[in-house]
Amino acid sequence: MKHGRYPFILSFLALPVGLYTWLVILPFAQAFQISLTDWSGSTNSFDYIGFDNYVNLFKDERLVLPALRHTGIILVVLPVVTIALGLFFAFMLNLGGRSRQGRIEGVRGSKFHKVVYFFPQVLSVAIIGILWKQVYAPENFGGLITGAMSAVGLPAPVNGFLADKRFVLAAVIAVLVWSAVGFYLVFFSSAMASIPRDLYEAAIIDGAGRFQTFFKITLPLLWDSVQTAWIYLSIVALDVFVLVYMMTPERGGPDAASEVVGGVIWKYAFNHGEQAFASAIGVVLFFAALTLAVVSLRFGRREQIEF
Amino acid sequence: MATETPVKPASRASGAPREGVAFNFFSQGLLWLWSLLVIIPVAWIVITSFKPTRQIASDPLGLPEVLHWENYANAWTNGNIGSYFLNTLQVMVFSITGTMLLGAMAAYVIARYQFIGNRIIYFGFAAGMMFPVFLALFPLFKTLQNVALLNTYTGLVLVYIAYSLPFTVFFLTAFFRTLPTGVAEAAIVDGAGHYRLFFQVMLPMARPGLIAITIFNIIGQWNQFLLPLVLMGRNPDDAVISQGLANLALRQGYEGDPGALFAGTVMAMIPIFIAYVVFQRQIQAGLTAGAIK
Repeated sequence: MKHGRYPFILSFLALPVGLYTWLVILPFAQAFQISLTDWSGSTNSFDYIGFDNYVNLFKDERLVLPALRHTGIILVVLPVVTIALGLFFAFMLNLGGRSRQGRIEGVRGSKFHKVVYFFPQVLSVAIIGILWKQVYAPENFGGLITGAMSAVGLPAPVNGFLADKRFVLAAVIAVLVWSAVGFYLVFFSSAMASIPRDLYEAAIIDGAGRFQTFFKITLPLLWDSVQTAWIYLSIVALDVFVLVYMMTPERGGPDAASEVVGGVIWKYAFNHGEQAFASAIGVVLFFAALTLAVVSLRFGRREQIEF
Repeated sequence: MATETPVKPASRASGAPREGVAFNFFSQGLLWLWSLLVIIPVAWIVITSFKPTRQIASDPLGLPEVLHWENYANAWTNGNIGSYFLNTLQVMVFSITGTMLLGAMAAYVIARYQFIGNRIIYFGFAAGMMFPVFLALFPLFKTLQNVALLNTYTGLVLVYIAYSLPFTVFFLTAFFRTLPTGVAEAAIVDGAGHYRLFFQVMLPMARPGLIAITIFNIIGQWNQFLLPLVLMGRNPDDAVISQGLANLALRQGYEGDPGALFAGTVMAMIPIFIAYVVFQRQIQAGLTAGAIK
């Protein structure tokens, strides 16, 4: 079997590695290079200007700074809310019920809930964007929430939720949570399935209620999964853009109230023709993602429990 | 309830049942609330898609008096939803086949063969899962432009494959490692070469893993939005489904036919919905599989 080993390995790796290098690795590497120039993107001439783009980036009060602030908010709120809801629902659907024999199982209707909760995960962002834009629409465009609010006599925002500076960011985050919770519910469910049932049964015999079993058994044993979920959601939070592009006025408005880092990169790269500046923002985003992953892996580590 | 467990010590039984009842009520309520939060917007957009334009704006909560199927006809013909479907299928036949073939080949060699650079290639692929795609969009645009593949399906297929490889390779490498070595050794004793071993022994054995990751890639590529938006921007007729819907949403602003937009949205949801209901278990397993060691 030694015979023809290297030709075989080469023949299997050449295409995937070649394609990946050409279309993924090199463009990323080029982005780093571009970020050190003053290239507009449309001509072929450019000069290297060192780190000027990075310095100017933190002076851009019109787009970049609001975007950094909003992405920062999403980066905190999205993981916290999604993980909390995901854990709670997963616990209820898998372990929250008690049968007559005292066995641990999900509450009634678990299967139905699981199927429903996960559904938004398979919808494209385009569909989710169109759907929720209409849900949030102003009353005279037939919005669902505004319509329902005025039907029960509550004052609804006149221009809908997305054209209102006070609500737009929260509205976007709510949609992000809405579409992500099902995924983390299923994710935590499969992790919970690997926790031995006798641990719970022993705890119940000792008189533990559901709050105690959750905080004293489930959560500590799920720590690794929570950490993984945190990293995933952080990356999702940093990449938020398409929803903002689809739903909000001026793709980040009104008045930059829902501007996010991804959207600012988009605007500078494809609308303003400032490719180098856009790349610099992208590089900052990349290092933010990298730092987050490293930090949460480094400091989130806990003692491993084998069972 | 816990109190009915026969071995439960009597001394601790007092507080538990009350906590149980209140908690049950509260948690069942929350569980249903979230289910309704998912169902209501989706069901509402389906209902809305059957309303005439005037009623969509004036009567958001009402039901349509008659079903306005012409919204669907309009979306299919004027909105081009039909051809966006075909475009997407045309791209995905090649991109999914390519992703799975190249991904399986790379993963198999990385998982099963020792050679110099093995680790580097593996981490090179795995690192790709972390890159924010924005960073590469413009250089990628230029790369395709230089080789005249911008605004072509060939270019889009190649890009889909390249951007699906990191997760596919990462997942399948782990999967190929778990396969038993005995069968492979027996095949080698019987005189199978490296290629036959892969195509006739290892690939069939890896079927569960291949199916899970194929589902993952189909959903991912079907829903892809950012890449076609940048790389297929010139000719609106060539748009893939999610991009076509976004165009429709944009046009709806001045053509004023929201009924057709929502009908188009519902049509785009139908194949995904059917696939989801039928393969619900596999899809959930496939989408979350990569995260579970």
